[in-house]
Amino acid sequence: MNDSNRHVWVFIEQRDGKPADVSFELLSKGRKLAESLNGELKAVLIGHDMQALAAETFRYGATEVLLADHPELKHYNTLPYSRIMSELVDEYQPRVVLFGGTFIGRDLAPRVASHTLSGLTADCTDLQISDVTYLRKEYSQLLLQIRPAFGGNIIATIICPDSPVQMATVREGVMEKIPLAEPVAGRITPVPYTPDAADQLVRIVARHREESKVDLKAAPIIVAGGYGMGNFQNFQILYELAHVIGGEVAGTRAAVDAGFIDHVRQVGQTGVTVRPKLYIACGISGAIQHRAGMQDSNKIIAINSDPEAPIFSVCHYGIVGDVMETIPMLIDAYKHKLK
Amino acid sequence: MSYHSIVMVKQVPDTANISGQVMRPDGTVNRSKLPTIFNPEDKVALELALQFRDRFGGTVRVVTMGPLKASDLLRDCLYMGADEAFLVTDRKFAGADTLATSYVLAEALRKLKPFDIVFAGRQAIDGDTAQVGPQTAEKLGLPQITYAEGILHAEGAQITVKRKVDNGFEVLEGTLPLLITVVKDAATPRPFRAKRVMAYKNAHTLLELEKMAEANSLLYVDQLKDEYASKGLFIPTLTADDLDVDPSRCGLGGSPTKVHNIESVVLGGSAHETIPATKDGMYALIDKLTEDHIFG
Repeated sequence: MNDSNRHVWVFIEQRDGKPADVSFELLSKGRKLAESLNGELKAVLIGHDMQALAAETFRYGATEVLLADHPELKHYNTLPYSRIMSELVDEYQPRVVLFGGTFIGRDLAPRVASHTLSGLTADCTDLQISDVTYLRKEYSQLLLQIRPAFGGNIIATIICPDSPVQMATVREGVMEKIPLAEPVAGRITPVPYTPDAADQLVRIVARHREESKVDLKAAPIIVAGGYGMGNFQNFQILYELAHVIGGEVAGTRAAVDAGFIDHVRQVGQTGVTVRPKLYIACGISGAIQHRAGMQDSNKIIAINSDPEAPIFSVCHYGIVGDVMETIPMLIDAYKHKLK
Repeated sequence: MSYHSIVMVKQVPDTANISGQVMRPDGTVNRSKLPTIFNPEDKVALELALQFRDRFGGTVRVVTMGPLKASDLLRDCLYMGADEAFLVTDRKFAGADTLATSYVLAEALRKLKPFDIVFAGRQAIDGDTAQVGPQTAEKLGLPQITYAEGILHAEGAQITVKRKVDNGFEVLEGTLPLLITVVKDAATPRPFRAKRVMAYKNAHTLLELEKMAEANSLLYVDQLKDEYASKGLFIPTLTADDLDVDPSRCGLGGSPTKVHNIESVVLGGSAHETIPATKDGMYALIDKLTEDHIFG
């Protein structure tokens, strides 16, 4: 193992010059992985006018930022970004590379993994470093890429025993963002970028940005509904409850797929991971992918007509009953007691 | 100008409807009990390709990598309106992760050149990785547009696509050939056409024709193949030999990611407090939440 092969890299995602939260979350996790590997945590940043953002990564323990800064790199574009990233990985062979499980990360990571022939696991819910025996061979310090699989019926630990570089994507909110009290004294290493005609085979001709008004991660109370809400009409009662008690409304993937609620409000492995003060799960059976996104909530109330629903195994207060009858009673009780 | 498209499709286990029979008590998966479906976003990708053909002319071919029974999926594609279907199958391809899958698919696409656009669903519901599309594009040296919501325009070698991004959307202009992955809102798949079902329910792969020949001593495979091909009812199969692939890059052996450990999800005992679904129960719950310093 060469020296570089102990390092952990995080791709720092920026949109309009602003860093994505998930990048800092990954730096926080990457710092721990780098400690286990006895290596360094490094950030890769691509964009324009990025000096200030580059320095922000020092607060999360990055000891070096590989910075490709060029006017043509201002906005994410698959071909130049993946070319830069692939060339860097080829040259330095880091042990681990982490990407946010965002539109950008999921566009970029597979392309880089393909070019560098690296193993890549999507939407990990946990990452660890461990020695592994695989097919009677010993491997030291592999990245354990842990994620639910197969409709949530199993939890799989994926490894890349023979891949020098191990890659993973992680959704926003899964890892906790933990800044250091004092930033480390890191360095910024410029990465040269030479524009290539092939980089412009796909060009951005228009961009429409909508700042999301929904911030589930910051909501102290979340009222969430699942497929068990039955229909779009029934689902609306959750907004009423959320309004009364001062919370945000969220949904499971099944509720999103059924059209009850928009994807930006999806909690779970392929949505957002939340840790509110109070999580009220209504008509949610509690598949592992959903639980992965909410089980660290401070208090969980589950309302479900099926007493066997797995959601009851992670809740603090369980109500076996019809959601459409229980929620109005809950709203009345709240109004009566606290207003 | 007309365009030649290829759509990458996949037959997937219906992970949204996993029944008790599918999960064994030890937590392993009994695949033989799993119903299979047309991966939803691949179906949308096929629809988008068919709509594109309706607007601009050209052809739509479909290709899948999978076991022999994936021919069912290809017949579905023909029922919807695909011009031709190809089955990429070989025992050597089994157990492939996304990297090994994209390697084989890219080699298959090379054989199917020329094409202008490769379509694929954003992701398959059995893994949700969204990796095979971009990895196939990279292997072919093609640009990619992921998360496409629609094709706005095409003229000559330029195509204009609307795509989703984290906080809104972008309009991209790309130079063909390129690969597009499609999200579910991009189109509503058309139903099967009755006439096409009548015609293509008899479309078969070589192996299916071999089985017919085995069952009837009057039939000869070569003759059957010629006959079916002349009627446009032959589904060509591409194996490792046909594709000239490096076996060390295929299947489980060619996959850098390995499943080290699988744990069935065993739920712990429920230590929660049960609240009756009554008015009094809700009053008591509000009191408890106030004690917990959540309310009040």
